[in-house]
Amino acid sequence: MRRKKRMAGWCFVLPGFAGVLLFYLIPFLDVVRRSFYNAVGKQFCGLANYRTVFENAAFRLAAGNTAKFLAVCLPLLLLLSFAVALLLQRAGRLAPLIKSACMVPLAVPAASVVLIWKLVFDGHGLLNGLLERVGLPWGSDWMNTGAAFGVLVFSYIWKNLGYDVVLWLAGLASVPETLYEAAKMDGAGSLARFIFITLPYIRPISFTIIVISLLNSFKVFREAWLVAGNYPEESIYLLQHLFNNWFRDLAMDKMAAGAVMLSAVILALVAALKRSWDK
Amino acid sequence: MKKKITNAICIVLLLIPAVLAVAPLLFLLTGSVMDTSEIREYIGPVLGDGEGFAVWRLFPMYPTLVNVIELFFDSPEFFQMFWNSMKITAGILTGQLLFGMPAAWGLAQYEFPGKRAVYFSYIVLMLMPFQVTMLSEYIVLDLLGLTDTLSAVILPGMFLTFPPFLMYRFFSEIPPALIEAARVDGAGELAVFFRIGIPVGSSGIISALVLQFLECQSMVEQPLIFLKTKRLWPLSLYLPEVDLSHAGSALCASFVALIPALFVFLYGQDYLEQGIVASAIKE
Repeated sequence: MRRKKRMAGWCFVLPGFAGVLLFYLIPFLDVVRRSFYNAVGKQFCGLANYRTVFENAAFRLAAGNTAKFLAVCLPLLLLLSFAVALLLQRAGRLAPLIKSACMVPLAVPAASVVLIWKLVFDGHGLLNGLLERVGLPWGSDWMNTGAAFGVLVFSYIWKNLGYDVVLWLAGLASVPETLYEAAKMDGAGSLARFIFITLPYIRPISFTIIVISLLNSFKVFREAWLVAGNYPEESIYLLQHLFNNWFRDLAMDKMAAGAVMLSAVILALVAALKRSWDK
Repeated sequence: MKKKITNAICIVLLLIPAVLAVAPLLFLLTGSVMDTSEIREYIGPVLGDGEGFAVWRLFPMYPTLVNVIELFFDSPEFFQMFWNSMKITAGILTGQLLFGMPAAWGLAQYEFPGKRAVYFSYIVLMLMPFQVTMLSEYIVLDLLGLTDTLSAVILPGMFLTFPPFLMYRFFSEIPPALIEAARVDGAGELAVFFRIGIPVGSSGIISALVLQFLECQSMVEQPLIFLKTKRLWPLSLYLPEVDLSHAGSALCASFVALIPALFVFLYGQDYLEQGIVASAIKE
């Protein structure tokens, strides 16, 4: 009986796991192997591919931009979405409606808003028109100067705010109401209640929210590509642009080394986050 | 009284993100029913004719359905690509139901040798962006001779590990007593899955599908790499190519392209929320 049940477990998992093995896990082993061989895949060349990738100017630019993007966007998104969640808790009857509005961008396919962003952020676009009207004629051509980075940050926040708000709200709802009441009885002010009750309670979920926001941030390439194409302004040249260019050049050796390095960095990042959270 | 005032302040502050979130949709909607010459008048500066800056009106001066008619009767490419998007989405979702859902059930309800390794690989893969997996996917697709077919986008998507992970979360919460009861009544393993697992876990299954549906509608990276033939492109690659000088039909096309996702959002918002929450919170 026991044995039969074990077999049943494998039977359920096997079809799906076979696909995972076929499309992801086994070929990734081949990618790891390729990262130590030359482009044709015949000759072992040690760490040479990794060195080439590291010394590659485009790689440095893309990796730097991606890192900078994460460093700016993650804290900004987390803070803004947390603020919105806190406000929503106090917004009364209108809260569900406002929350739904904030979630709308989740459903909007990236490609559908491309035209809008083009109209808004063009040098002669709506944003500059608005700025001019309120007396702040900055007049930069957003997509073709360093300001493109700001546009990318904006579109990432626009797209992901709703997702994080829903998560924060769930975290905030998990704090038992009785704790607040007890603290109130003991004379704790609202700030004290926030610091000593709310924050410790939402600490565990904030780890997952960070990880999820990190994963979603790699998808921002979509917006960058849709608005600016294969060769965007330098400040929004991301790792995915670089990988696409390597792909067009059939530079398998570089792609392999790049993929292995990126996976290692992501795993290390998540593991480090987890450790600092578990402490 | 004081409570009412804080309430009002919160709502005013919240209107900023709420309006910004919805504004592009309204923008598209207005543009879809606006006459092309009227649009050109407003956005002329962006197109390079006229001085100053673009402007916009929330309500068109001369509302018209010309754009809609043009799109539906004069742009066969649009429909070709609309169907491509739908085929990709339907293929991936079906695959997730056929392969991902049983895998989630197996992981949630059974103990078997190697389970930890399987679970771990699902989690790790879920964390990896397309940059990491694209070469792996390409190697296999090339080997199978599938590059430049819709299957190149669909097949790897069928085995993405995020949807089964979500379903796993919901399946694990089914009370063991319920399942034991069914077994005592003599139900086999498959019967337990079909008569208890799927109905009781249905909200998790739907949540995963809603999230995956929205994801499929925005797919850019995979088709961009794996599909060379334009005839196979999904809408997401086609829309940025539309020329702004036909602004009316371009905006209309963008709007029609988001209708399926909008429907799924309106009818599935609760599931979407449940799915988002389940991705983060362990019960």
